[in-house]
This record gives sequence, C-alpha cells and structure tokens, in this order.
Amino acid sequence: MTRISLATACATALLLSAAPVSAATIFVSNEKDNTVTVIDSDTLETIDTIETARRPRGIVLDPSFKELFVAAGDGDIIDVIDTNTLKVTRTLDSGPDPELMAIDPTGKIIYIANEDDSLVTIMDIESGDVIAEVPVGVEPEGMTVSPDNKYTVATSESTSMAHVIDNATNTLIANVLVDSRPREAKFTADGKELWVSSEVGGTVAVIDPKTWKITKKISFEVPGVRPEQLQPVGMDFARDGKIVFVPLGPSNRVAVIDADTKEVMEYILVGQRPWHGELGPDGKKYYVANGLTNDMTVIDVDTLKPEKSVPVGRLPWGVAIMPGKPGAAGDKGKRLSACPDAAANEMRRRFRRQHRA
Amino acid sequence: MPFLSWFIPSFRGGAGALVRAAVFFLAIAVLTGAATAEPAEAPADAKAPTETATEAPMAPDAAAPSADESAAPAAEEGTTPAADEAAAPAQPKMKNMRVVYLGKKYPEPLPLSYAEKEITDKGIQGARLMLKEANQAGNFVGHSFELIEEIVPEDGDIVAKAKEHLANGERFFIADLEPDDLLAVADLPEAKDALIMNIRSSATKLRQEECRSNVFHIIPDYAMRADALAQYLIWKKWPKWFVIRRDTPEDQDYLAQVKRSATRFGGKVVDDKLYDLPPGARNLDSGYQQVQSQIPMETESAPDHDVVWVINSDDDFGDYLMYRTYLPRPVVGTQGLKAIAWDKSYTESGGMHFQNAIPRLANRTPVERDYTAWLGFRSLADAAMKSGKVSPKGVKKYLLSDEFKVEGFKGQAMSFRTWDHQMRQPIILGGGTRVPVSTSPQEGFLHPTNLTDTLGFDKPESKCKFK
Repeated sequence: MTRISLATACATALLLSAAPVSAATIFVSNEKDNTVTVIDSDTLETIDTIETARRPRGIVLDPSFKELFVAAGDGDIIDVIDTNTLKVTRTLDSGPDPELMAIDPTGKIIYIANEDDSLVTIMDIESGDVIAEVPVGVEPEGMTVSPDNKYTVATSESTSMAHVIDNATNTLIANVLVDSRPREAKFTADGKELWVSSEVGGTVAVIDPKTWKITKKISFEVPGVRPEQLQPVGMDFARDGKIVFVPLGPSNRVAVIDADTKEVMEYILVGQRPWHGELGPDGKKYYVANGLTNDMTVIDVDTLKPEKSVPVGRLPWGVAIMPGKPGAAGDKGKRLSACPDAAANEMRRRFRRQHRA
Repeated sequence: MPFLSWFIPSFRGGAGALVRAAVFFLAIAVLTGAATAEPAEAPADAKAPTETATEAPMAPDAAAPSADESAAPAAEEGTTPAADEAAAPAQPKMKNMRVVYLGKKYPEPLPLSYAEKEITDKGIQGARLMLKEANQAGNFVGHSFELIEEIVPEDGDIVAKAKEHLANGERFFIADLEPDDLLAVADLPEAKDALIMNIRSSATKLRQEECRSNVFHIIPDYAMRADALAQYLIWKKWPKWFVIRRDTPEDQDYLAQVKRSATRFGGKVVDDKLYDLPPGARNLDSGYQQVQSQIPMETESAPDHDVVWVINSDDDFGDYLMYRTYLPRPVVGTQGLKAIAWDKSYTESGGMHFQNAIPRLANRTPVERDYTAWLGFRSLADAAMKSGKVSPKGVKKYLLSDEFKVEGFKGQAMSFRTWDHQMRQPIILGGGTRVPVSTSPQEGFLHPTNLTDTLGFDKPESKCKFK
C-alpha cells in the first residue's frame, strides 16, 4: 500500500514540476507539531512535512534559497533544511531559546535572537562559529538587517525597545523605546524607514534611521473589535513596497497599510490568530499562517481578498517562500533524486508517529 | 561583579577563546558606552529634530517629548544623601528612581503538604528580578533604578520605617503589607504624594470604601478572583456552587464576593458550610485514612451542586477535598482550580521568561506575589522610562493615562482602573493542574469598553471616593 501511494505521489510530483513556471514552494513552521509543512504554491497541496526539533517558530531562507533555517525554541537549536532534498542536513548551535533570525544580504552571517538570554547571537553560517554576542533588552524577538547591510535591528519584547546594532563593529548604537511588546522590525526596501510592530501596545512605529527617532505611530481600529485584540505582529511589504500587510493576531485580521501615507487601507478577515506571513516570489499572493485554526490564508495582493484557506500543522507560526520547487533548485538531474528523498522523509515521519503512539 | 555577569551569560563552545575575550570586551564597551553616552537629561529639547543623531542615539525617543515639569525630578534627585546600594556606578546624568520594598514578616500559613517547602521570600524576589531588568532597559535610555529592601520582623514598626524613608525623600513603594499596615502607611501625611503598589492584599475594602489615591493595586482582589472563576463555571454550565469554608476575615470577604458573582452571572450558592475540624498538624503518617473518611461525611449533607467552592485562605484543609467529596465534584476556590495572577503552570505570552528567571534568582518556582511585586515595580519603571519623568507626580499622571499599557505576559496590555486604582488584567485559572485550565474573562462576557472590567468592581459599582 505504502509503496504504491508513494510511487503515485512521486509521479504526481514529477508531473507537476513540469507544468507551471510561476511555481513556488511555501514553508510553514508548526509550533505545536514540531514540523515544517511544505506546500506547492500552484496546487496548494502539502508535498512534504519535515520533522524539526521542538517548537519551530522563526523560519527564514538564505538569499540563494538553498537552505531554510528554522529556529526551534524548545530544542535550543536551529535546524538547517536543504531546500533541494527537504531534509534537515545540519543544525546551528544557536544558544538557548532561539525565536527569530535574520540573514544578512551576503548570506554569510545569521543574527539570532536568544529570547531567554537577552542576547543577539551573531554567527557565521558556514562554520556555525559565534562571531559575537550582543547583550540587548529582555526577551529579544524581532530581527532584521538593513538593505545596505549596515545595521541589524533586534526588538526586545519585555524591555520594549528596538536595539540597533552597527554591523561593522557589532555594537549597539541606538535603542529606541517603542510601545509594549515589540515583535517584528523591518526596513523599507530603500532603507529609509524602519518599521517596528508592538503587539501589546497595538501600534506600528515608523522610525527614521538617520536619527533613530519615531516619526509616526500607526494604530488600528475595527468597529466591533476590541482594541486589545488588534495586536500587530508580522509586517510584510508588498506591491513594490507601496503597501504593508500586518497580521493582527487575536482580531483574526490582516491590516493593509499604505506605506506612503501610513494610513490603514483595509482589514482582511483571515483565520484565527495570524502572526506571520510572507509574499510569494511574484508578489501576487500573500500567505499568512493562522495559529489557532491550523491553516494558512492565501490573499490576493491586487484585490486584497482572501482567496483560500489551506490546512497546515498545529499552531502554524511563520511562513517562508522560495521560487521553484524542491529539487528544481539545482540541475535537472537533481530533480529526480528529490522524489525518493521526499518520500523517505514522509516514511520516516510516519514511522516515528506510529512508534510514538 | 554580579552586575557584569548579568550581561555576559554563558559562552558556548566552538567560538574559541579569542571570540570569548572579544565578546567580553564588547559587553563592557556596551555597558560603559550605555552608561556614559550622555543620554536622557534633556527631554525638553527632544522636540528639536536632533540632526546630530550619531551623537545622541541613547536619548529617549519620540514618546518622551510631552515636556512639562522636567525640572522637578532633577531637583528632587538631589534631596537624598547617597544611600546608593551598588545598583550602578554613579551616573550623574542618569535619571534615577529609587523604589522601597516595604514588607513585614507576618506569620504565613504553612503549605498543607509536609513535602512542600515553606517559602519565606515571596515577593521580594520578583522585585529583585525587576530591578535587574529595569536597569538593563534603563541603561539604554538613560534611566537607572534602585531597590531599597525594608522588611521588618513580625513585631516591627512598619510605620516608623515608612516615615524614615519618606523623610529621606523616598516616594515610590512596593507594599508587601496586610490591609491595616498598608492603610497606616498610606495615611501618613508625608505619604500624600507617594505611590504605593499593593502587591499582597486582595481585601476588597482597599478598592472600595477604604481606597486611597496614593495606593495602586497590582494584585487582583477577591471580587476579581470570584468573577474569574464564576465566568468559567457559568461557561461550563456548572451554576450550582457548594461553599465550604473557614471563617477568617479573608474568608468572609471572599465569600461575599462569591455571592456577588453568583448574582452577577447567574450562579447560585446552594449551601454555605463552615468546616470546623481543627487544622492540627500537617499530613501525618497514615493520616490520610482519617481524612478519607472525614471529607465524605463533611460534604454529604449538601444540596445538589455542580462544584465545591472551597474558601480556605489559611490553606489548612482545602486540598483534602479533592477526590474525597461525597459526590464526585470538582473543587474550585482557594484550592483546586484557583483564580490567580500567576501560576507555576503558566507559560503563555512569553510567560516562560518569568518561569525561568525567578528560579535562577531564588532557587524556587515563582509564586503569585513574586509576579505582583515584579509587575508593581515594572509599572513604576515603565512609567518613568516612557514618560521620561521620575517625579511622583509625573509618574502618577502617566500611570493613570491612556498611554500607560504595561506588558506582563498576559497577552494584552494592562492598565489601572481610574476609579479605584486596581490593575485590570486577565486572570489565570489553574493551580491544581500541571497545565493551566483557562484564562478569564471568558468568551461571551461583554463589557462596553474593557473585557477585563467584567472582573471585579466596574465603575458604576465602585464605592471608592478618592479624597
């Protein structure tokens, strides 16, 4: 039975990989299941489920899309998944409780927030060596690197600050007090603005990197929804940076902000407790993970309408997307080998499930 | 140098000694940098667009420029002699806030379990944790914090001690005090402009008839606790409650609130039974055999009920009820399923941070009073840093403003009710279980402005009149 179904899956995968060109692969970290769900962007079907260390949350791809980094908070490591074979090939010793990570534009350095240790760990990706550890505020979470690679910003949830690290010296050069429980930080593509979301404060602060001062605070309002439920978490720029998607957690909505006027244009109803999302490579769809409904909503970027809900694992947390399909990243010969690997992965997963039960 | 060690936690292998040394010096650089880098000081001119940004990145951000009496705190800083206790090396330009922890060694009930250790440092450990965290944050934005620990013996004169501190110019207090002592301190004429955080007493009168404008309540009162449980029981469709209790003043207070909750949410207290077997010694060898036959007899005569609501502040029999009642019924109240501000099982919304941090400091799991002390200090520290003020007046104004939104691992901002200074907060339902059962307010209990105001005394019901 198993053999047949795997063979079928394999054949299907091969058939599909020959079809559309816009194909992308979506990775969703499932905090409760200790897995990453791999989804084909064309069919929106799950093509694989990868086991990770405990409590996978932050999930990022390196700039060349060869490796996927998954921060396993309860496993105290970062799993590195080969996007070609969909296997965990190595792990990074991130230090305790890693949550979010950022990779610099060169793809050489990874910045990791160690939530439990009030540190930002700066690590060489290839060797896994720790280059530096920068003490920041209590409970660091959000991490981002500026487009010009000059700065890295960490947010500290308990201290309520955005800490700016000078990447040349790996030292702190500014600390900006924002509203309670800052979660994510993101630079605009031109590097002229830094956006920081404050989950409990219910605001997004726009900071000028010239002065490191807040120039604008954006708040949210939905008739009939309690203000304390409008909790901005993730932030993703779309339409060439003209709009920003902001999943609003317990309000079950994604806000859309005009990046220019800083006004909220739209609130899109999605599943329950969306925290993080990601834009597809062609910029046409936005995918957001809904923690409490165990699904992912696909939003059309042009119409700003939710189009589909896709089941994933339990407590989905973050989304990362690469163009192409697993196995298609390299030469064509590799594509063939991808299938047995994925199948083996699936078998191993089932085996573990059975033997755990 | 314990101070440094907070900032330089464990180094892992693979990095090598060079990196280690580099990181060490880097940490020092950050520390001294943060300490000396000419921060704060000038919130007044923060409005002027500081073009020379690279010079003053540590200055408080745009949240600060609400320029008013910024001269007042500066003047006040000079008033006290340098009673500094190694909080941080002298930083003339840091805005300093000193907080006094006022406590008394009241006799506390022993845990019913003989195996459970008596905890003698409840509360203060939470304040110590916040001291560390507040300085960690303050360092970045030009604020420093000190904690003065003043815990008198059971027969000590807390009022005299409070007077001393007030005479020294102290105005910020964390009160680990029972109602009478709390009120005695709060009513001192020189404490009029002080800010006193009540982290210990759940007595409802402190929020009602005996409320004080200089007292803020971090700990939930009995009304909030009863409402939090009642909402859950109503949601479960378990409206019939059999109360079994002792008769201490705390127990009587709690009972009144359970009855109030029943009226508010449609529950019913079907019986109110006094448990009058004397407490005696704690668990004894084979003592369970007696308990096993006593409890069914004690609970046999109660009319039909859905749950047993135990009210036993002295903690001397409540746990005996579980699994032993005449009818198979869950136990809620001061034992069993409890309504609490913190529980050792709670892990959500960043709560693991607190669960991990207290044991590192105190060698034990956190208890509710550690959390309320931490949160009380945090409220003061947050208000100071966010408002840029360290004067009692400035801090109080900020605490009562809409701006004040404190974060304490409950998944939503917490603030003070202006009518009685009670902190509005979600309440954990847990205690007897290894994972929390729920958090109140429960779904469906509505309120026009704040769902958390469905717990405890809402504005229209408040009997508090600040003088």
